[in-house]
Amino acid sequence: MNLPGTLRIGLSRGRFEMLEFFRDKGAVIFTFSFPALLMLMLGGIYDEPIGEGVRLSQVFAASIAASAVVSTSFVNLGGRIATDRDDGTLKRLRGTPMPVAAYFVGKTIQVFWISLAELVLMLGLATALYDLRLPTSIVQWGRMAGFFLLGVTCWSLLGIAASRLSRSAKTAAVATLVPYTLLGFVSGVYIVPSGLPPVMEQIGALFPLKWLAQGFRSALLPDSMAAYEAAGTWETGRTVLVLGLWTVAGLVLCLTTFRWNDERTR
Amino acid sequence: MSETATVVRVRGLAKNYGPAEVLRGLDLDVHKGETLAVLGPNGAGKTTTVEILEGHRRRTGGEVEVLGTDPGRAGRAWRARIGIVAQHASDLLDMTVAETVRHFAGYYPDPRDTDDVIAAVGLTAQRKQRIGRLSGGQRRRVDVALGIIGRPELLFLDEPTTGFDPEARQQFWQLVRGLAAEGTTILLTTHYLDEAEALADRVAVIADGRVRAIGTTAELRATAGDEADVAWRDGCERTAHPTALIARLAKEYDGEVPALSVTRPSLEDVYLTMIGSKETTS
Repeated sequence: MNLPGTLRIGLSRGRFEMLEFFRDKGAVIFTFSFPALLMLMLGGIYDEPIGEGVRLSQVFAASIAASAVVSTSFVNLGGRIATDRDDGTLKRLRGTPMPVAAYFVGKTIQVFWISLAELVLMLGLATALYDLRLPTSIVQWGRMAGFFLLGVTCWSLLGIAASRLSRSAKTAAVATLVPYTLLGFVSGVYIVPSGLPPVMEQIGALFPLKWLAQGFRSALLPDSMAAYEAAGTWETGRTVLVLGLWTVAGLVLCLTTFRWNDERTR
Repeated sequence: MSETATVVRVRGLAKNYGPAEVLRGLDLDVHKGETLAVLGPNGAGKTTTVEILEGHRRRTGGEVEVLGTDPGRAGRAWRARIGIVAQHASDLLDMTVAETVRHFAGYYPDPRDTDDVIAAVGLTAQRKQRIGRLSGGQRRRVDVALGIIGRPELLFLDEPTTGFDPEARQQFWQLVRGLAAEGTTILLTTHYLDEAEALADRVAVIADGRVRAIGTTAELRATAGDEADVAWRDGCERTAHPTALIARLAKEYDGEVPALSVTRPSLEDVYLTMIGSKETTS
């Protein structure tokens, strides 16, 4: 008797997980409205013009769009997997012939579509409220697509690893939300990058949020705005390098730490 | 009993959690087609044993074979042949019964028909309802549906009726009897004696990490020997020769013995003696 293929089960899990996500109204509202509200707050407070035809609200909008993708990948996935471990989902699945890889195919599908929906929502809001221009060239569209995919991959892997740090779904929110929020400050998401004290800026530069936000700015703002970055350029190569390194680190962490259940508990 | 007819074979199973020895040399056989109830008090090691057999937990020592395979090294093909109904699941609350059962059917090479399974667990009327809106007993039926959708040869039921009202329990027992009648081998853990008596062909009593006794309920009851409690108005006595005692009493009272009763130990008495919470003889 042939067992069903991993990809087929994975796609089926993707559909199942999407349905599950959209039926959990609390999660949907929180996931989509939190970054949107942040954008409205910051865009409303800082709206003065900087650079040629660019307003500060547009800079914030690009950075917050990046952090919104981190919330739909890192925060969402870290919490979901911890919940799966807590409520018996993982244990139930482990008792079936579903292959481990199919579980992650399902999660990948869920995270990809929800992150894409989030990005569309954020860009839609920013174009409507702050006249943010969508990418104007192939190069910019390439940056947008590339940094989106790299960012989602990197932060999803880190989210899976973070789900392991916490013993329960309740503490998982802390393990993801605290670093997410703190990084928002030191990575120049909630504060203009040039307004950060050098020490904080250097701390931020160690982590992938700063680079994802910078990548998003390079895709959504005119090239003349690169002058306002800390390095005075978009640093596209370095951005890819840092995000790539964190992706590898995330993958290694996942492979070495992921567990189906917690043997420490009875 | 030939080897092929033994579905579960456990020898000298040991499990430690840190310094605590939970299982200390447990032996157990489950034969093809039988329903075996594992009975024991809380903390006796029932769930630990079952989780080792299911491949959920590593063992510290001993030999375990389930369907001819070591569960610690078993793969997908082996998992397709077992079904698990575990304790304490609170997942899938936002999904409907039909969506969930259909989705899980997709994991197996030769699943049962989704509608048939939903009907078998008595949830046809609730098939479009979200699992979170079902009663506790109905949710447990969903667990059973997911446990049997893959046509398992061996089904694990871990304390399946805890928290059920009497009617739900009766219905659940009916469902389990139906599965057994179809030839499914069932390993059931419970701490209810009546459940073991109602469902199981054989009962294994676990206490302190070992099997204390195994056999049919009649065999277990027989281990109490010939002792009975004889009680009358002016006293009571436990004796292996109740008839002789009554004859003596009849002489003393010169006829009718006032308020005479003879009680054989119930299965519950036998069980409580075995697990050591009642005057142990050893």
